[in-house]
Amino acid sequence: MTAPTPPVLAIEGLRVDYPLAGGEVFTAVENASLVIRPGEIHALVGESGAGKTTIGNTVMGLLEKPGRIAAGAINIDGRRFDATRGSAAGIVLGRDVGAVFQDPMTSLNPLFTIESQLTEAMRFHLGLGKAAARARALELLESVGIPEPRRRLKAYPHQLSGGQRQRVVIAAALSCNPRLVVADEPTTALDVSVQAQILKLLRDLADSRGIGILLVTHNMGVVAQIADRVTIMHRGKVVETGTTEEVLRRPKAAYARALIGAVPRIDQRLDRFPVLGDEGKGRAEEARAELRAELRARAQGPDSRADPSPILSVENLCVDYSAGGWLPGSRGRPFRAVDDVSFSVRSGEVFGLVGESGCGKTTIANVVSGLVRPSAGRVLYQGRSIAGDGATRRVGPLRQAIQMIFQDPYSSLNGRMRIGSILSEPILFYRLADTRAQAESDVARLIEAVGLEAEAAQRFPHAFSGGQRQRLSIARALGARPRLIVCDEPTSSLDVSVQAQILNLLKDLRDATGLTLLLISHDLAVVRQMCDRVAVMRQGQLLEQADSETLFDRPQHPYTRELLSLVPTLDRIRGEPKAA
Amino acid sequence: MKTLASTPGLFLRLGAPISVIVAAILALLMVACALLASLIAPYDPTDLASFELINAELPPAFATDGDPRFLLGTDNQGRDLLSAMLYGARVSIAIGGGAVLLAATLGVTLGLLAGYYGGRIDALIMRIGDVILSFPTILLALLVSGIARAIFPGAATAEWAPLILICAIAIHEWVQYARTVRAATMVETAKDYVRAAKVIGLPPRRIMLRHILPNVMSSVLVISTINLAAAVLTEATLSFLGVGMPPTYPSLGTLIRIGNEFVFSGIWWIALFPALALVILVLAVNIVGDWLRDRFNPKLRVKR
Repeated sequence: MTAPTPPVLAIEGLRVDYPLAGGEVFTAVENASLVIRPGEIHALVGESGAGKTTIGNTVMGLLEKPGRIAAGAINIDGRRFDATRGSAAGIVLGRDVGAVFQDPMTSLNPLFTIESQLTEAMRFHLGLGKAAARARALELLESVGIPEPRRRLKAYPHQLSGGQRQRVVIAAALSCNPRLVVADEPTTALDVSVQAQILKLLRDLADSRGIGILLVTHNMGVVAQIADRVTIMHRGKVVETGTTEEVLRRPKAAYARALIGAVPRIDQRLDRFPVLGDEGKGRAEEARAELRAELRARAQGPDSRADPSPILSVENLCVDYSAGGWLPGSRGRPFRAVDDVSFSVRSGEVFGLVGESGCGKTTIANVVSGLVRPSAGRVLYQGRSIAGDGATRRVGPLRQAIQMIFQDPYSSLNGRMRIGSILSEPILFYRLADTRAQAESDVARLIEAVGLEAEAAQRFPHAFSGGQRQRLSIARALGARPRLIVCDEPTSSLDVSVQAQILNLLKDLRDATGLTLLLISHDLAVVRQMCDRVAVMRQGQLLEQADSETLFDRPQHPYTRELLSLVPTLDRIRGEPKAA
Repeated sequence: MKTLASTPGLFLRLGAPISVIVAAILALLMVACALLASLIAPYDPTDLASFELINAELPPAFATDGDPRFLLGTDNQGRDLLSAMLYGARVSIAIGGGAVLLAATLGVTLGLLAGYYGGRIDALIMRIGDVILSFPTILLALLVSGIARAIFPGAATAEWAPLILICAIAIHEWVQYARTVRAATMVETAKDYVRAAKVIGLPPRRIMLRHILPNVMSSVLVISTINLAAAVLTEATLSFLGVGMPPTYPSLGTLIRIGNEFVFSGIWWIALFPALALVILVLAVNIVGDWLRDRFNPKLRVKR
C-alpha cells in the first residue's frame, strides 16, 4: 500500500434491497463500489431511478425503513460503517459525515436563527461552549463566503436568499470538521449564477480542507466543472466509472455514451439529439404528414414559413401583480413582473425566451396564451390585438390558434379522465370533427404523431411516465390545430435522455407542420439547440434579442455574457488543459 | 356516499377495521328497514283507522302486562311503537338525506365559484357563510321554520314540514361544503391541467364541472357521511322541540318528544326505543364517516 491515508469513503459491492408487498424484492442498488480519497470530489450521476440518491442516503444513514443493505460494506475514513444502525465504531453522523441537500428552502428550520442551527451540532458533538461555538460559526460563515457574517448569525432563514441559504447549509455540514460531505443535488434548485458560486465553494473546500465530497447529481455540466472522478449509474448498476475526463470524453459503455450525447451542447448547434433506441418512426411520420395537410388546409393560406410578417407581436407589455386584498386600503404596492417588453415572433420560427427564475418569462407566456391580463401594452396575433389595448375577445379560431405546453407533466393532465377524453376535448369543443368516430381517429393520429401507440387513448394518465405524459400534453396542444404553441419549460422536469427525445419531437413537429414555437426556458443549452431567435430577460426587462447564432457567439449585453460563461458545460472539463 | 357504502366487500378491500364493518352493516340495515317500512311494519301508523285509543300506552310484549300484538308496546294514541319507529326512521333519514343533498349541491356550487374566481365573488360567498356559521345550527333552523310557519299557514302539515325542515337544516350545513370545496378548488385551479383547459378556451362552467369537480368530489363524499348523522340529529332536535314533523306523521324526534311527556309516569318505552334507534343510527353513520375521512385524507393516510 502506497497511500498513507485511508480513503474517506470506500463502498464495496453495496446492494440495497426494498422488499415489496408480494414477497418480491426490488433491488435499488446492485454491486456498487466506489472510493473517495481526501480532497476528491466524486460525482455520482444517473437519471431518476438510477439509485444514486439511495447510495447517498445509505452513506448518510438515512436509508428509509423497508430498505436494507443486503450485501457489501461501507468504510468511512477507514472504519467500518454499519448503515443499518446508523452508527459505527468511532463514526458519528453529523460529525464525521456532513450532508447538503437539494432544496435550501426546506433544509433549514424556519423557526430558528442561523446561529442556533449552526451551533447545535457543534455543541452536541464537539461539546463546545456557547461562546466557542459562536466564534466557530462566524468563522464558518466567513469561509463559505457570506457577507456580514456577524449580522447574519442573528438572521432567520427567510431573510437570506436561496444561494446564501445553501451556503449556510454547507457551513452547517462543515461545522464538525467532517472527513466526508454528501451533497445530494446541491445546486439543482438554484439559478445558474448562484449555482456557479456554490460549485466553486465546494471545489475550494475540497482543495483547501481535504474533504472528500460525494456529489449526487443529474447534471453533466456540473460534473464536468468540478468533479475529479465520475460514476455513472443506470437502474441500480454502475455502468462506468473513472476520472471525469476519461468518462466524459471517451465513454466506453453504450448507456454512458447515450447519456452524455443527450446533454444539450451550448457551443454548437446540432440537427438532432442522439438518442438511445428507435423513436417510433414510420407510423409517426405518416401521422405527422396527415396532420400537416390538415393544418395547412385549416390555416387557409400559403405555407406559413413563406410568410415574413410576424405571427405574434408583443408591444410594450407590462404586467403588475397587486399585493393585498380587494378592500380599499388593503392594497399593497403592485409588483411589476414584466416591464415594457417588446418582441415579435415570425411565422414558423422557434423563438426562445431565457432568463433566471423570477425574470418574468412565464408571465409573458401566460399573457400570450390568455391566462393573465396585461397592465399595459398589447399582444398582436397576425395583426389583431388579443391582449391589452383594443383586444378582441379570444373566442373561436383566435383562441384555437395559440396553445400551450406546460412544465410539470404530472399535473398537466387531469388524473380523473382517460387520455382519449383529454385529447378529444379540444377537438369536440371546436367541432373539428363531424362525428365522434372521426374525433376518435383524430385522437389516434395525434397520439401516433407524438410517438405513442394509439391504444393509449383507453388509459388514464397515471399509467404513463413523465416523458410519455409530456408527449400526450403536446398531442393535446396539437388537437386544437394551433398555429403557435407556447412551451413553458417543456423539459425542465425531465431526465436528460427524455429531454432529448421531447426536444427532437418538438423539432420534428415543427418541421412537419410549420408550427411556430415560443420556447420559455432557463436552460441556455436547450435554447441554443432549439431556437432560431432568442431574447434574454432579467427582472422583468428584455435585455437583448438576436439570432440564436449571433447571441451565443457574440453576446452584446454583459448579463448575457455572464450567463453564458457561468453555464457548466461538457466543453470545459476539469483537469483538462484549456483549449486556446 | 351510498355507492361507497353499498358493498361490505369494498370495505374489506379498503382495509376497514372490524368496528367500521359492523357499523356499516348496522347503518345499512337500519336504512333498509326504514326504506321498506311499508312492507315490513306490522301496522300503518299514518292510517288513523288502524289504531285505537283503547290500546294506548301498552308496555312492550316482553314486559309484564305486555300485549303480544305490539312488540315494543304502543304510544299514547294506541299506535304500534315498532311501526311508528320504522316509519319515523324513514322520515328522519329522508329529511337528513334531503338536507345533505341540498346542502351539498348548494355548497359545492358556491365553493366551486368562490375557489375558481376568487376575489370579490369569493369574499362575498365566504363572508355570507361566516355570518351563517356565527348562528348556532338549532337557532337558525328554529328561525327558518318559525318564519316559514308565520308566512305560510300550511307549513306545519305533513306534506310541507319535511321540505321546511330540509331547508332549515341545509341553510347551515352548506357552509362546510363551500369551505372545503373552495379550498380544494383553489389547489386544483393552480394546476396545469386547469390552465391547459383555459388555454384550449373551454368556458368556465365546463372547466369547473368536468375538470375540477371530479377532483374535489372525494372530500365532499366524506363530509356528506358525517353531515348525514348531524342532519338526522338536527331534525330530531327540531321535532323534539315541536317545530318539526307533526304527531300525525312522526319522525324519531317526534316520538321521543311524545315519549318524554310520559317518562315520569313510568311509561318509559315510548321515549327509550326511538331514542335507542336514533343513537345507533347516528353512531353507526358517524363511525363510517370518520373512517372514510381518515381513509381519504392524504394528510392522515399512513405511508405504505
